[in-house]
Amino acid sequence: MIEAILVGAVRGGTSLVFATVGETIAERSGVLNLGVEGSMLAGALAAYAIGIETGNPYLGVVAGLVAGGLLSRVHAFMVLRRRANQVATGLAVTFLGLGATSLFGQGYVSQGVEPLEALAIPGLSELPVLGSLLFDHDALTYLSFGLPFAAWWLLFRTGLGLRIRAAGERPLVLETMGTSPERVRWIAVSIGGALAGVGGAQLATAFAKTWSEDMIAGRGFIAVALVIFAGWNPRLAFAGAYLFSGAVAFQLELQARGTEISIFVLDAIPYVTVLAVLALLSRRRKHAAPEALDAVFGVDRRFA
Amino acid sequence: MTVHMGRKWHMGQKVSRNDGVGLPDGLRRAGALLLALGLGVAACGSSGSVGVDEAATSDADGATTGTGEACGAEATKVGFLYVGPKDDFGYNQAAYEAAVAMGEATGLEVLHAENVPETVEDAVPVMEDMIAQGTTILFPTSFGHFGPAVEIAKLHPEVCVVHQGQLESSLEDGPLDNLGTYFSSVFEPVYVAGIAAGTVTETNTLGYVYAFPIPQTLQNINAFTLGAQSVNPDVSVIAVSTADWCDPAKQAQAAQTLLDQDADVITQHQDCTKTIIETAEAAGAYSVGYHYDASELAPDGWLTGSDWAWTDLYTDIVETMVAGEFVTSPYNGDYRIGYRDVEAPFVAFQPSTFGAAITSDLKAKLEEAIAAFEADEDGDGIGDFNVFDGPIEDRDGTVRIEDGVSPDYVELDGFFSEPWFVAGVEGSLG
Repeated sequence: MIEAILVGAVRGGTSLVFATVGETIAERSGVLNLGVEGSMLAGALAAYAIGIETGNPYLGVVAGLVAGGLLSRVHAFMVLRRRANQVATGLAVTFLGLGATSLFGQGYVSQGVEPLEALAIPGLSELPVLGSLLFDHDALTYLSFGLPFAAWWLLFRTGLGLRIRAAGERPLVLETMGTSPERVRWIAVSIGGALAGVGGAQLATAFAKTWSEDMIAGRGFIAVALVIFAGWNPRLAFAGAYLFSGAVAFQLELQARGTEISIFVLDAIPYVTVLAVLALLSRRRKHAAPEALDAVFGVDRRFA
Repeated sequence: MTVHMGRKWHMGQKVSRNDGVGLPDGLRRAGALLLALGLGVAACGSSGSVGVDEAATSDADGATTGTGEACGAEATKVGFLYVGPKDDFGYNQAAYEAAVAMGEATGLEVLHAENVPETVEDAVPVMEDMIAQGTTILFPTSFGHFGPAVEIAKLHPEVCVVHQGQLESSLEDGPLDNLGTYFSSVFEPVYVAGIAAGTVTETNTLGYVYAFPIPQTLQNINAFTLGAQSVNPDVSVIAVSTADWCDPAKQAQAAQTLLDQDADVITQHQDCTKTIIETAEAAGAYSVGYHYDASELAPDGWLTGSDWAWTDLYTDIVETMVAGEFVTSPYNGDYRIGYRDVEAPFVAFQPSTFGAAITSDLKAKLEEAIAAFEADEDGDGIGDFNVFDGPIEDRDGTVRIEDGVSPDYVELDGFFSEPWFVAGVEGSLG
């Protein structure tokens, strides 16, 4: 049972790792993007459609990255250029993504796609537990193992990362240095959307291997919650993503073993888990939020 | 009763004509809204003449409504609502294709609305929109569309509303002249598929992915299990719910859970079926389909399945309405059809294509099982074999269907008003 939950956590959580890391980068620059769900949908459809049209699922992943990034630039345009409300715009972008992918995805529902195949690593994939946990996945899942560390390195060890964090904490300082915080935020939001797009692509072409309307089913919003969960630290993106999808696997295991608990209660377990952890951590996490997000969250630090 | 389940978002809906040239949903809705406003203004101008509606609904026995016309008479447009996309390899695709075929058979224009959530706020405006375009026959096809369907039937006595899946007799304030319900005893081919699954399994473990513990689903899971047990008493069925009609990522996890428990035949009651069938195929397990023939997705592991074949029934219902005979027809009530209706000219389902794993011996056994439903030795017009003949106990030993009781298709739902599984079904229950 433990093995099944762990493997389920990794398989189901990979798309969330991409989306969570992406949103962490965007929020680190001081932009809350609730359009993650939309970018994941755009990435899922683009990857699926291009995968079918070209027969090459890897080109599909690139298309998913581009589509997710482009949609997030709608958000960036609205909040950075037009100074629109970040919460409202993000939700609108999600609905735009939902509507547009439903419309353009009509012809692709349940069509056959060349999936991103699992690439078992010879030898290592034969190991008990660890084999199926770590060494028998599609390329994007392997990539997701390194992604949180790469994002951490980007944010904390590179000049761009310094600028992203400065834009999120003290945009005025960045401005004084001669760098436009707006420009940095454009980049961070685009990276975030692109990674969400890759997450959607993984879900559609490697995990579920299908396209259907609204197939992200709220996972984009879960990713937004997981950013807070991880305290805006990309290296902790694993924890939230795997906890959430591990909880999904756990409740399915419970069902299969014939528990007496109602399926509706079981279905709520992953969401309740995330809520519970957020409630436990929120006091400690308050100071971890990039300061520029205070205006969005309505936090007044004098009372925090 | 309003059932809130399924799709969460509102913008995924699309209204399109069957010729494929559809306006985006938003535009249509805006148009309907303008039209409704216009009508509202017109109605205000002559407030003395409104109120015909009430007179019409209270017309208890006649085949006429307030305007002197039976609902749906001389209809030119028929509207269909689906809870999911029309090409889901599942429930919605089966209904959609039959609706298109019905349109061709009757020559009527058919309007389709996909991804219509099962809430009054969502489904009522879609139907109002269709009515504003001149539609007088509506087919809301999802189980949870019943609440909105009843609302529309009450508001528009000139419109015939037939709902797929529920029972009109379940309405607390009595039946309506312009409302009907129909369904088909699809658990019968599911029972037959259970025989196939029980025969080929090597692990004696079958997996079932379902959405919600509604009567149809419970009948299917129990019938599948009883069918499998009829040839293999050691077999058990593990049932897991995704709590969603179509969430492919959750389906992938659910199917994996079943495979991890050594299930070597996977079946389902979901609206979109592709992910589960492909997950089973990739793991080398057998698949039993549901709703739609998806054998092309599983060239190695496909056994059989149950497909809807709604065309003849839809056509007959629509022709009855167009002729102005709906009120006196069996469709104005709880209409059910199945193998045991020996005299019925058609049934609304069929077993799917048999896969390569079905040997000629097994095929003969399956055909024999179908023949048993249809055999009518006593000549009463009802087939002799009933899957749910009592006594049937649930897995806790409580007698759910008494000895000597043989529920007909309409009565059967009543036995599943609270969920139960027969012995041999493992897995949690609503």
